[in-house]
Amino acid sequence: MFKLVKIAVRNLLRYKRRTLLTSSLIAVGVTFVLVFVSSSSAFKNLMISQITDSMLGHIQVHKQGYMASIDSLPLTLNLSPKNMKKLEKAINSAPGIEAFSPRIKFAGMFSNFMETTNIRINGVYPDKETAVAPLLPGRVKEGDKIIKKNEIFIPELLAKGMKVKLGDTIVIIATNRDGSVNGKQFKVGAVIESVTGPGGRDGYMHIDDAKELLRMEQLEISEIAIRLSDFDKLHNVRAGLMSALSEETNKAGKPIFDVRTWEDLSPFYNVARMIDIMTFFIKLMLIAIVLISVMNVMIMAIFERIREIGTMAAIGTKPGKILFLFLIEGFFLGVFGTIVGIIFTSLATYAINAVGVSFNFGRQVGLVLSPRLEMGQILLISGIVIVVSVLAALQPAFKASRMEPINALRHV
Amino acid sequence: MSLISAQDLTKVYTLGELQVEALKSVSFTVEPSSFVSFVGPSGSGKTTLLNLVGCLDRPTSGSLTVAGADISSLSRREAADFRGKNLGFIFQDFNLMPVLTVYENVEYPLLVVQNVAAAERKERILSLLDTVDMLDQKDKYPDQISGGQKQRVAVARALVTNASLVLADEPTANLDSKTAFMVIDIMHKMKDELGVTFVFSTHDRKIVSEVETIYTLTDGMITGKAAGKGGRHV
Repeated sequence: MFKLVKIAVRNLLRYKRRTLLTSSLIAVGVTFVLVFVSSSSAFKNLMISQITDSMLGHIQVHKQGYMASIDSLPLTLNLSPKNMKKLEKAINSAPGIEAFSPRIKFAGMFSNFMETTNIRINGVYPDKETAVAPLLPGRVKEGDKIIKKNEIFIPELLAKGMKVKLGDTIVIIATNRDGSVNGKQFKVGAVIESVTGPGGRDGYMHIDDAKELLRMEQLEISEIAIRLSDFDKLHNVRAGLMSALSEETNKAGKPIFDVRTWEDLSPFYNVARMIDIMTFFIKLMLIAIVLISVMNVMIMAIFERIREIGTMAAIGTKPGKILFLFLIEGFFLGVFGTIVGIIFTSLATYAINAVGVSFNFGRQVGLVLSPRLEMGQILLISGIVIVVSVLAALQPAFKASRMEPINALRHV
Repeated sequence: MSLISAQDLTKVYTLGELQVEALKSVSFTVEPSSFVSFVGPSGSGKTTLLNLVGCLDRPTSGSLTVAGADISSLSRREAADFRGKNLGFIFQDFNLMPVLTVYENVEYPLLVVQNVAAAERKERILSLLDTVDMLDQKDKYPDQISGGQKQRVAVARALVTNASLVLADEPTANLDSKTAFMVIDIMHKMKDELGVTFVFSTHDRKIVSEVETIYTLTDGMITGKAAGKGGRHV
């Protein structure tokens, strides 16, 4: 066994240039794929965290039916204090949840006393909201980082369009669930940057102000945004929360709560999925490169060494061992190419990070792409390349092992 | 008991639509510890015969027993196994593995074909390399040594498994006469010391003059059996 490995390695070294060419082809393939995978996943993760950490949260819970009419921000489908208690109990019992933030969402009229426009507003607990959306304070372009009572955070575009500045007094008028209209004065506490995704152009105010404005007798919550301690456990946490809430049904026996991940809430999920599909096809191309180059070089190697194979067979080497010898050669071609590819990739990602590639997405400018090599991806790609190398060597190796020694020995 | 016993051995090749009878009902026996050569012109069937005895090819009909085993209908694996355990091969072009040193070439059958413990392996290889006078070259690669030296290594490789029969197809064809005689000498010595049987297929006069028994093949049939002066060294 060890002897066969030694022979295989020496055979590879015997045709140094060819071995080098084949493995550099594999190395280049591995490099491109790994750089693509790490860059695209860096882009994806950056965008996802921008979206979830700026406003969306990782998971949201609404009353069943709210999602269907989310665009009209209905106030009739809010969660009552009784339901909120049940939900909070479930959230506290489900593992993996770092923070949650109850929000009252509503649409209103925004007036600067000269002009009026419409606005969507989140009434939030400032500390809870910051815990769920840690990028929110970062979005403040000017003004306070923390939402205070009687103050409103307005999106940049609205401030520009309505010529409203920090510290100005404005009026918000809203209709409550019974249809009566109410207005309240606010000071502009901060102007915030818009972000991509639903709710990226919403204003913020304190939840108590929202309650007062909407004349709620008791607090009724439109949605709960939840932040996880480990984003990768998204679906586990959702499942945990769902099972904790499974008992909670209304009189008709239907579930009260609707638990959604960011994937259901943001259209960027489709972009993320497309990136995953592209990555998959890039990996397929890598497989093709490895398959063709290893198979080609093994077919050549076997053709050149027919007499050697004949000799090995004549002096009693069993077909299985001859097969194995060539599989080992394919294996080492793959291993060598992979190692060199990983080294190239490390250099390339280091260079990308050193240069600092930045890009704009939607209204966000100057996002910095910082690809990082993930161990999981390295192992996956290495595994694919090495397995494919061995598979590519399989057909030529099988042919070698089936050669008739007398024909092979006679071969010139 | 004879080491090789062939009865009515026939081999027919099919070349396209043509049937070529390479061997026509050949019968002979070879005793243990003998030095035998098959001679004859090209196409007389001597290489075919050697291939059959060497378990590299199967006879079309007839029976063939080598070292007590019927080898006329072995499977591929069984044949490889049989060759590895009982036979040694020496080739016209030496056929050493270019990526292995002299020592490793001799070691190859013990490692890959048979499974011999390390200490015994080393002892056998060194003593055989000493016998063929290649001990001082043991770490060289085949492309660093001469043809005669290569063939001596090949002899050592053929004998290292304690084979009872060594088959050599034109072993001296690529050697000058001085080297050829030296290699023949070594083989003869091995035959005397280890009781190994050597069977040649050749038209080299130098070998023919050294063997004990000469079979002449013509058109696939044995047409003569003569005693050589091979007893010289005894």
